[in-house]
Formats: sequence, C-alpha cells, structure tokens
Amino acid sequence: MEAKAKTVLLVDDDIDFLTQMQMQLEAAGFEVTTAASQAEAEELLEKMKPDLAIVDLMMENMDGGFVLCHRIKKLDENIPVIMATAVSSETGLEFDRATDDERSWLKADALLTKPVRFEQLMGEIERLTKRAD
Amino acid sequence: MNRLNILVVDDEMGMRMAVARALESFSVSSPDLDEKVEFNVNQADCGEKALEKLQDKCVDILLLDHKMPGISGLEVLARLADIKCDCLTIMITAYASLETAITATKRGAFDFLAKPFTPEELKAAIRKAAIHLLIQRQARRLAEEKRQVRFQLISVVAHELKAPLGAIEGYLYLLRDRPAGDSWETYEKAVGRSLIRLQGMRKLITDLLDLTRIESGQKKRELTEVDVKELAEMAVETVLPEAEQREITVNLKTDDELIMTADRSEIEIILNNLLTNAVKYNRDGGKVDATITRDDGHIKIEVIDTGIGMTEQEAARLFNDFVRIKNQKTKNILGSGLGLSIVKKIAQLYHGDVAVRSQPDVGSTFTVTLGHTEAEDDDE
Repeated sequence: MEAKAKTVLLVDDDIDFLTQMQMQLEAAGFEVTTAASQAEAEELLEKMKPDLAIVDLMMENMDGGFVLCHRIKKLDENIPVIMATAVSSETGLEFDRATDDERSWLKADALLTKPVRFEQLMGEIERLTKRAD
Repeated sequence: MNRLNILVVDDEMGMRMAVARALESFSVSSPDLDEKVEFNVNQADCGEKALEKLQDKCVDILLLDHKMPGISGLEVLARLADIKCDCLTIMITAYASLETAITATKRGAFDFLAKPFTPEELKAAIRKAAIHLLIQRQARRLAEEKRQVRFQLISVVAHELKAPLGAIEGYLYLLRDRPAGDSWETYEKAVGRSLIRLQGMRKLITDLLDLTRIESGQKKRELTEVDVKELAEMAVETVLPEAEQREITVNLKTDDELIMTADRSEIEIILNNLLTNAVKYNRDGGKVDATITRDDGHIKIEVIDTGIGMTEQEAARLFNDFVRIKNQKTKNILGSGLGLSIVKKIAQLYHGDVAVRSQPDVGSTFTVTLGHTEAEDDDE
C-alpha cells in the first residue's frame, strides 16, 4: 500500500449515487472529492489534480461528461477517467470504445453503464491505476 | 387538400367513362372534415384486374359492378378481406335483387347504386362514402395517438419510480454490507436519504392517483357549497411546519365570503399544491403571500413567493405532465413533476386557468381563476 491515499474526483448530479460511491470509495481507502455538476467539477479542477476521475455523462449539459473528460486529460493525459452513464438506457443513444474512431473523441478510459455495481467499479479502478503506476 | 382514390370496376367502358367524367372536378367538403376532398378515378374492366389493383392498397373507394364476365363483384368483395384492403365498397347493381344486396352487405359493402344512376346520385353516394371513410380514419388516428400518450405516460412513470428504488436499494446494500465499519453514525445519511426518496415516491403515487381520478372521471365529483377561505386556512396550516423550519413567513388574505360550488378535494389539491410549491421553492427567510378574492363571479387565488423563480422558457413548459425545471437551484428539491399540471387540469374543470409570472432569483406569482363547474355528463 502507498503511504498517501489516492484522490478520486467523483462527478454526478445524482446525489444518491455520489453519497453511495463516496462511502464505498472512502471505505476502500481513497480520498474522495465530490462535485454535483459540471460547473462545480470545472471549478475544482482549477485547484486540484486528482489521481482518478469518475464522471457522469448528462448533467446540466447533455455532454457535460465528454467535456470534463477533455478537461481532465488536458490537465494530465495520465489521469484515468471512468465514465458512468445511464445514457443508453435513457436515450437509446449508443456509443462505445470499440473502434479507434470512437476512442479518438471519447476521452474516457472506461465506460460503465448505470446502475454501477461497486465491485465492477473497483475492478476498473484497479485495472486503470495499475496501468498508470 | 385531401385526395381519395376511386377504383371503378365495370365491364362496360361507357359506364367507366361516365363515372370518371362525373367525378373529374367533383369535391366534397363538410364541417366534419378538416379539408376539402378531391378524387382520382382509376378503372378496371374485370374483377381479376380489380383485385390486382387492390393489392397495391391505394384504393379508398371501390365502385364495383356485380355482373361481369369472369369473377363477379360479389367474389371480388369476398376476396377483399384476404387482401386486408382498407377501402369502402359501393356495389353497382343492375337488377337490384334483394339477395345480392344481402350477400354484399354481409361481405362488407358500404352502399348500393342501382343502374342506371344519374351523376347526382353517384356524387351523393361518393360524398357519403368519403365522409364516412375520413371520419373513420380520423377516429382511428386519435385512438392511436391516445394509445401512444398512454404508453409514454407508463414509461415515464416507470422510470420515475425506478430511480428512487435504485437509490434506496443502494443504501440498503450499504447497510447490509457495512463497508465503512460498524459504527451506526456512518450510515445515518443512508437512512435519511432513503426516507427522502421514499417520500418522493409516495408523493408521485398520490399525484398519479389524483391525476387519473381527474382524467378518467371514474370517481364521481361531489359538488357542494365549499368555503374556500376555510380550505385555504387549512392548507396554510399544512405548510407551516416546513415554513417555520426555514423561517419563511406565510400570509393569507381573503375576502370574508368565499363560498363556491365545487368538489372540496379538488380545491384542496389546488391550494395545497400552490402553497407547498411557494414554500418548497422559496429561499430561507423568504415570504409567501396568498390572496384569495372574488372577482366578477370568479374566485381568484394568487400566491406570491420570494423564491428561486424561473426564466420565461422554463415557465412556458411548467404546466405539462412530468415537467420539472432542472437546474442547480432545483436539484435538491424533490417533486413528481405532476403538481402544476394537476392544478391546471382542475382549474379547467372550473372554466378557469392557471398562469405564472416569474423572475429568476426574485420569485414567482401563480394565479388560479375558478369559475362555474358542472357535474360531468353521464354519457361521457
């Protein structure tokens, strides 16, 4: 185990998702900072550089998650970003990271479909942070 | 402009030509129809060719001779059912035999024209058929739209109920697995949030029941003399606990005499919804001013708050089903998105309406006017 806890930026406009994920991530030893909107997250990113970010797609703007991904990657290409979204079940919109073309505009390193099981999220975090270390 | 396709099936060319000529510049309009109807006339000289053309399903009215070489008009009629052709048939019969007429009717013929007929008789029959057909199609379209709206409602309701269920489920798992240790305080928030989401579900369900009650008309409305002043005082009592907690003052000013013929529960729903909203969307330390007056035979309810307000675009969508204004300011305020659409529907039962004037961060003024209401007809 590292001496210093890894910081996670958790962005979602669903306050219950935030609360539940925060509780579990903290229990797993992370230091968690939450933002309930794209604007709030952008403000936080001025001051902090998280080790990992978990972002929702649709918040006050339809594409808030995409924009945040770009922001974070511009801050540091190596920060892993996980996008959690219910967008395909809500809008029928489908997107994936399967092709190079999709990977070129979708800056997230992993996509999770809501409802997200915590074990599933932890699996992704482990995979991505191992790669980053 | 609407065009209907007519297919004339007759082995006599003179007959077909006469029909085409008579209907060339003929049009039908009726108060029951949205637009004027004109006709295209197609021809077939035998039953076999008629069936071929009917396969394409672009025939609206079929003018069908009975006696033809090859298959007869009655046989064409019998096979129409197999093609599932959505057209009306007018049988042309030379010798109006009762037997033919009965068989034709059994096989779905709409009308008869006895040979020889005048252009006027032909036009009258076509007119009748066209109006019948278009009204039938209109009714079908409306029924389909209604079905779609119902599906949409069900899917929105399911979604709105699924979201809080998912949240509560998540909290229950946390409480079961206790990932953050066994200290009770850690999980207090989980219980608090679960209760809030449950209240939201309960509110959605009661609102839905109110809405279906109003829209289905299944429950008889009980019209009595209702004292609006008394109901308003009760509604204020209901919101006072939350108002006091957030230091919001609620003032009620009413005329002395506010008796109207109404369904008591409907007026309660209106007053409760308006006052609850005025507190819910207010700022801490704000103010609610409710004024109820009788004005020219109408009862006017005005509720002014000093809350978050909304933009013009937001206000324009406000009275529709399941519209909740989603922004930073409302994200922690729970609502079903049905309250104001219910208020509007009830107001309409009283030949009234609801209106809003609002300014972001200054507040909103909701005005409901209520007039006379009648018990609904039994046949509706």
